[in-house]
Amino acid sequence: MYLPGFPVMLTKYQIPGNIEIYLRNYIKMKIYLPNSAFIGNINPFLKGLDFSDPTRLQITANENWITIHPVVLSLIASLGLLVESGEIDCVTMKAKSAHYLERMGLFRILGIKSGLTITEHESAGRFIPLTQIKNSNELTSFINDMIPLLHLQPAQVDPIRYVISELVRNVIEHAGSKNGAIISAQYYQKSNRISIGIVDTGVGIKKTINQSHLALTDIEAVRLALIPGITGTTKREGGTEYNAGAGLFFIKAIATVNHDFFMIYSGNALYKLLKSGSGKLFADPFSDKYSFEEKLPFFQGTAVGIDISLDDTKEFSSLLELIREVYFKTVRERKKARYKKPNFI
Amino acid sequence: MIHINLFEKVGAFAENKDIARSLRLEQIIPALEKNQAVVLDFEHVDAATQSFVHALISDLIRKYGREILDKISFKSCNEKVQKIIMIVSEYMQEGE
Repeated sequence: MYLPGFPVMLTKYQIPGNIEIYLRNYIKMKIYLPNSAFIGNINPFLKGLDFSDPTRLQITANENWITIHPVVLSLIASLGLLVESGEIDCVTMKAKSAHYLERMGLFRILGIKSGLTITEHESAGRFIPLTQIKNSNELTSFINDMIPLLHLQPAQVDPIRYVISELVRNVIEHAGSKNGAIISAQYYQKSNRISIGIVDTGVGIKKTINQSHLALTDIEAVRLALIPGITGTTKREGGTEYNAGAGLFFIKAIATVNHDFFMIYSGNALYKLLKSGSGKLFADPFSDKYSFEEKLPFFQGTAVGIDISLDDTKEFSSLLELIREVYFKTVRERKKARYKKPNFI
Repeated sequence: MIHINLFEKVGAFAENKDIARSLRLEQIIPALEKNQAVVLDFEHVDAATQSFVHALISDLIRKYGREILDKISFKSCNEKVQKIIMIVSEYMQEGE
């Protein structure tokens, strides 16, 4: 339990003499960094998360090797920002690859010392370190300043900045997260892909969607959020003057046509678009080739991860043509579903 | 007629929908209310997000009807920008 004005979890005990005492709870939020956690194999990592006490965080890690997707990094940083630096208990990492966490700015953003020393000539690679974005202008500056760090060809830039802009704007506008969005990205030379992770610790998708629609479960809320034209801000077709409810659909479409992974984790649900799909676009994410979990540890917020292959990135304008067809068909079908039916007797 | 140079307002990547909304409220709507034509000039704008274009024009279609597109011209749009504008104008008209 929490006592007013006392920000750590306490447990009430009764001792002889009918006296009640409160002792600090030694339960902590716990994160274990495995040797590998990418979108394809992220489920065990998520299942192992322990959100028991959101005021204290313990981070442990595999001792031999750590390779993790940026969404995992962004998730750790987001959780760490909820906690005072003094309440973060992070093991000194032994894995040589732990230097990666230092380079990505994990310890800096958490306000703790890693105990690691960076080898001077170690290659920095192409990456965007963990960055916190809290408002619209910070996002615009981020896109202008950070995307060049990835050294992409002009045609490769389109989907990357599109994904970042729409996802971070979703956080700024809908999440109600006091820490804004935490973003990181990494280019992987061997697979020639960019992986991006964007995480917030806001109200979560279910609460946002339920402002205008009915989603009884987190996975249903995620499904609705991915359908074009459905927004938490209104039931009205076409959205509001400011929101259309299309951002996540566009992003899923980018992943779908390029046969890339895409995931959303919010509440206790995980939706994962699998890369082995047909490449055909569907309005309903449950028509795609996907997997889901709905009994994960409850995450108060939203984590989105995506991989974007650069080998055969579909021309962005061709992708937009596909989106246009599916979007138009979806709106038309929804409109038709609202038609009054003639009453034949 | 008023002429709005988008590149001057948002740069090569049109994604800041706060600016889009301000342009709509402070420049486009007042011009349309005076029965002036509006030219939205996308020269040097390399790409735009659907959210940006939605914030820029969706409420015009909703407020004034599809005929308002006769009074707005989209100048120097590349193929990507054109497609985004098509998507937004189509779903707004279909949803009317």
